[in-house]
Amino acid sequence: MINHPNKELGGWQLFRKYFSELWFGIRTLLKGLRITSGYFFSPKEIITEQYPENRATLKMFDRFKGEVIMSHTAENRHRCTGCGICEMNCPNGSIQVITRKETTPEGKSVRGLDKHIYHLGMCTFCGLCVKSCPSDALAFGQKFEHAVFNRHHLTKVLNQPGSLLQKEIKAS
Amino acid sequence: MNLYDFSSLTQSIHQGLSAMMAPAWVTVTEMVLVGVVFLLFYALVGLALVYIERKVCAFIQNRLGPNRVGPYGLVQTVADLIKLLFKELLMVHKADKFLFNLAPFIVIIASFLAIGALPFAKGLQALDLNVGLFYIISVTSLTVLGILLAGWSSNSKYSLLGAMRSGAQVISYELSVGMSLLTIIIFSGSMQLSVIVDSQADGWWLFKGHVPAFIAFVIFLVASTAETNRGPFDMAEAESELTAGFHTEYSGIKFAFFFLAEYMNMFLAAALAATVFLGGWQPLHFGGLEAFNRVMDFIPPLVWFFGKTFALIYIIMLFKWTFPRLRIDQLLTLEWKYLLPINLVNILVVSWVVLKGWHF
Repeated sequence: MINHPNKELGGWQLFRKYFSELWFGIRTLLKGLRITSGYFFSPKEIITEQYPENRATLKMFDRFKGEVIMSHTAENRHRCTGCGICEMNCPNGSIQVITRKETTPEGKSVRGLDKHIYHLGMCTFCGLCVKSCPSDALAFGQKFEHAVFNRHHLTKVLNQPGSLLQKEIKAS
Repeated sequence: MNLYDFSSLTQSIHQGLSAMMAPAWVTVTEMVLVGVVFLLFYALVGLALVYIERKVCAFIQNRLGPNRVGPYGLVQTVADLIKLLFKELLMVHKADKFLFNLAPFIVIIASFLAIGALPFAKGLQALDLNVGLFYIISVTSLTVLGILLAGWSSNSKYSLLGAMRSGAQVISYELSVGMSLLTIIIFSGSMQLSVIVDSQADGWWLFKGHVPAFIAFVIFLVASTAETNRGPFDMAEAESELTAGFHTEYSGIKFAFFFLAEYMNMFLAAALAATVFLGGWQPLHFGGLEAFNRVMDFIPPLVWFFGKTFALIYIIMLFKWTFPRLRIDQLLTLEWKYLLPINLVNILVVSWVVLKGWHF
């Protein structure tokens, strides 16, 4: 036998409980109906983006992960040392870092970035490369219209041709 | 009063046909004509309701809804129907072929039979039975037969579970629908729909019948929403639990039949509520305001009928997009512990009111 919660209540109390619960239910349902009909009768407040129409004015939010980019300064200098930590951290191998030997003015032989190859078609935008980069060379861009007619266009070289490492970052 | 009387129109059509052919052929031709008109009406209302539902849902959720195909997306449902017509009809392995193919037709015929008895305007009623209300209740409850058949013959656990839930639900809520309509039968003293409409010429039963009629109206709205497997009571198809319930295994036009029948049942429930509680095609009249009543008489009865029906459809849609789905035990609690006892007491009160002659 289930111990019924209403066992101790008398007849009159049960009667009052029944109707107070009924009234409470109707009141809360009406409250919900008021909210939804309020939304219905204010059709100007559309919260969805009307994308192809508002393309000119559409601005994505700051944390949007459109694509991985490498920022360059005005003198065409980037911050990548070619250490390869992003390549190691990438879970699906969308990054290939190709390095070359460089000689510093002091005559020391160091590693420099030749090509930072990024396969956009394989990227899941997890952000591990951006997070793990020790010299903050990578970032997320806001561009999201990535459709191309040939998938080879999805393979990108992130460092601009002829770019060099920024002077304040020490190459190893 | 009889500014717009369609009986002269139907009479002239009948006489025109009688002059041309034998009486038996006249009957056949009239039946075919009425059938074609209702088929067209059915398709049009079904398409319109799907579009309206998507728009209402979108506005409630602060979206725009369909807006690509045609102006304001008006042709969207037509495009959807064409897509469904061209889709392949899949057959489940080891499904009961005959019943599987029969089920959508039973569902659609059940709703099709019922619209024949609706009074759209004066003289515009295909089937004016003297037990019209009883006929509509019994015919619409055939829907559950189709749903049970669909669930059983699909050879799928989701379909069967959905169908069983639907069976329990429809059988429970049928009681409340019948009882709430019974209050108006007591008020008007007839089950004939044209008589019920005529009895509301001086005022709708919702106003004439005081509080009991209002309670019956609310109960009818809730119970008929449940009976059409809609809104917060869509246990039969509970898409988050049962993928699509009883019509999981259906594709193409057979799925469209279930879909159309659901919307048609909603239209039927709203039209019945409008006919019985809100005066059907009768215009809004207030006692004493002669000028106002004259102005209201000029609005065609079809406008009144569809205006009331679509207002009620809007309320039923609002239910669906506002309330969360009920659990099966909550569903049965609502019916057996709340709606049914209140309804029974309500009928007692109504009988007392009618006996004492307290209604207008």
